[in-house]
Amino acid sequence: MLAYIIRRILYAIPILIGVNLITFMLFFMVNSPDDMARAQLGAKQVTPELIQSWKEERGYDKPLFVNTKAEGLAQVSDTLFVQESLKLFTFDFGFSDSNRDIGSDIKERMMPSLSIALPTFVIALVTNISLALLLVLFRGSMLDTSMMIIAVMIMSVSGLFYIIAGQVLFSKIWHWVPISGYESGWDGVKFIILPVMIGVFSGIGSGVRWYRSIFLEQINQDYVRTARAKGLSEIKVLFGHVLPNGMLPILTGVVVIIPSLFMGSLIMESFFGIPGLGSYTIDAINSQDFAIVKAMVFLGSVLYILGLILTDISYTLFDPRVKLS
Amino acid sequence: MKLVLLWTDMLVWSLMIVLLLWSWVISRSPQMKKQWHTIFRSSIAMASSTVLLFYLLFTLLDSVHLRLALPLEVQKSQEVVYESEMVSLLDLIFEHNIQNTERTYSAPFATVEYASSIMVDEIGMTKQVHLPLKHVSTKDNFVKESLFAFGVGLILSLSLVVLHIWWRERSRFMLACKETWQGESDLPWRTAYVTFIFLVMAFTWLYMLSYSYHVLGTDKVGGDVLYQSFKSIRTGVLIGILTTLIMLPVAVILGVSAGLFGGWVDDVIQYLYTTLSSIPGVLLIAAGVLSMQVMMDNNPTWFETTLERSDLRLLFLILILGITSWTGLCRLLRAETLKISQMEFVTAAKAFGVSKFTIIRRHIVPNLMHIILISVVLDFSGLVLAEAVLSYVGVGVDPTMHSWGNMINQARLEMARDPMVWWSLFSAFVFMFILVLAANLFSDRIQTVLDPRNKV
Repeated sequence: MLAYIIRRILYAIPILIGVNLITFMLFFMVNSPDDMARAQLGAKQVTPELIQSWKEERGYDKPLFVNTKAEGLAQVSDTLFVQESLKLFTFDFGFSDSNRDIGSDIKERMMPSLSIALPTFVIALVTNISLALLLVLFRGSMLDTSMMIIAVMIMSVSGLFYIIAGQVLFSKIWHWVPISGYESGWDGVKFIILPVMIGVFSGIGSGVRWYRSIFLEQINQDYVRTARAKGLSEIKVLFGHVLPNGMLPILTGVVVIIPSLFMGSLIMESFFGIPGLGSYTIDAINSQDFAIVKAMVFLGSVLYILGLILTDISYTLFDPRVKLS
Repeated sequence: MKLVLLWTDMLVWSLMIVLLLWSWVISRSPQMKKQWHTIFRSSIAMASSTVLLFYLLFTLLDSVHLRLALPLEVQKSQEVVYESEMVSLLDLIFEHNIQNTERTYSAPFATVEYASSIMVDEIGMTKQVHLPLKHVSTKDNFVKESLFAFGVGLILSLSLVVLHIWWRERSRFMLACKETWQGESDLPWRTAYVTFIFLVMAFTWLYMLSYSYHVLGTDKVGGDVLYQSFKSIRTGVLIGILTTLIMLPVAVILGVSAGLFGGWVDDVIQYLYTTLSSIPGVLLIAAGVLSMQVMMDNNPTWFETTLERSDLRLLFLILILGITSWTGLCRLLRAETLKISQMEFVTAAKAFGVSKFTIIRRHIVPNLMHIILISVVLDFSGLVLAEAVLSYVGVGVDPTMHSWGNMINQARLEMARDPMVWWSLFSAFVFMFILVLAANLFSDRIQTVLDPRNKV
């Protein structure tokens, strides 16, 4: 088991290098260190010497990929790409354009993101699975058909609509919850109720349809027929047999996103003024702060790969047929 | 008049040619023809494809760009001089709406401005009044005009329907009419016709009343919301279909070669798509769009007009979306190819000495068609919805371009206003909802018919 996990983590390294390469190329192909220095120093005092010293100060004076001046291995290692990537691998994200430490910003903003994303995830999972089971129980009936039509309609509305409509209804007209803001601790519950509810509701359409199709695939299997033949009630068949077997395909889709919950939701956080990583990213995009975007890309990929590894491990825990090799 | 082809126009029209060719291929193959026949046997599929065709029609109308000749008196020499700005056919249809801009916000069907302004009257008293709109007269009779518009729409659509029945069943026209009316025709044409009549009537009503009112109100600078909503159709549909068009060849070629050749080819392709898919989608798009913005700022010579600039930006956005979205389909195709290439008929073909290319063309790609088709229609609705979100994040289409995302984004700033300015949001959401709902219903039907797992 441990050997497998270590090997998977080692596999992740080339992928992370690839991710770095992509972001690095996107960034430096169009935005050379000279341009950055000019933008940072302002238009007034740009002299070649100042640019040079600014670049030296930040290590941007090195060549991008191949250092022709150096010897041996240093030809590759003493370059901007390798230096920047190494920093990222130690989770040293450097400083943003406004000279703030990105690493500590991220640590600070993780909790608010999680306080929205985690409840949304858990409540959505429970609601979607129970609704799907209900529909499977009444499959082919009017309830099933009409709920499926409603699900398609819920899916077809833009997520922005739910947020705007929710804010107008619950905050502006009925004044049940504050329109936006954040507080840590239990006092903050009033701020997160609305975003969580909206997050759950907007995902209900696609979620219920997906879980329903998984359960329906199970219900045609032989073991379900056997269970019915030995006289189990339909409810016992559903909860005792269909649900546990349906959990396996559900695991693939669900476990992989658990680590990414830390990243928060871009739209939700910026609409509700929550100081999480999602709104952090949006602000960075709007102010074109590439250092933050790069850090978030790296963090996002790390968390995604972590999710993939967790998926594989959870498979071995829940399905005795799968052996790690 | 001079025809101008923008980059995206070219792609749209080449896509149309591909679609026509493809439908020709379908009509030649009895098996595929039967499949499509099954798809359209559902009335939901008929209705939703009618709606989709309606949207496609507006996209095409908006994809013919012209430069009009300047009026004769302005021209000095013998040569014809063209206007600098391009207009599309849709702009010509809605010309009155472009011309009749108001000062600021006005509600749908309003005759006065939404916000009151302070005026000094004759006797020197200041008071707050709602100024009358410039291009709406108070003398119009709303009910009479609506009824007239509905009547025109009904007559127009009915005659088109009759023409279509006649074109379909020339020899037994009366019988076909009766069958359609009673819903006994082979395909549920009645639903399609009802949807069509409904759409045409709705359009004629909106359009004819737009001459005397701002049917969906006006925005902050007095632009007509109805016109904006119709202009946004092209942006939404383009992002939905061109993205898939661009990513499709990449996904198919890489997916099939990974599954078929195995070995290091497989490793490299797997590495590629794992890397790309491990980057959060929005962030990769954002990084790409940010880089593109810098690149376009550095090269202002690439485009002459603002329209060309926003068009180029749309094209880049579509490219970036294509790059980020091929991984899912590629993974599916690789797995399916792997499965098919183990099957007996492929082994037999190999044993007969059929070349690899022929095996791909004759045995593998036809068996992948259902996956490709399902993912194309499924992606479409997701991409239309994604456009709105991306515009909100600030990495969507050019802010000067008409799109539902931009409409929502601009209207969102007016949320705090009391009473609310709701019509821009409302129109954008309704236009988007109808398109996405139709696409979702249609893709559902395609999935039910084509997905082999559904056959028990």
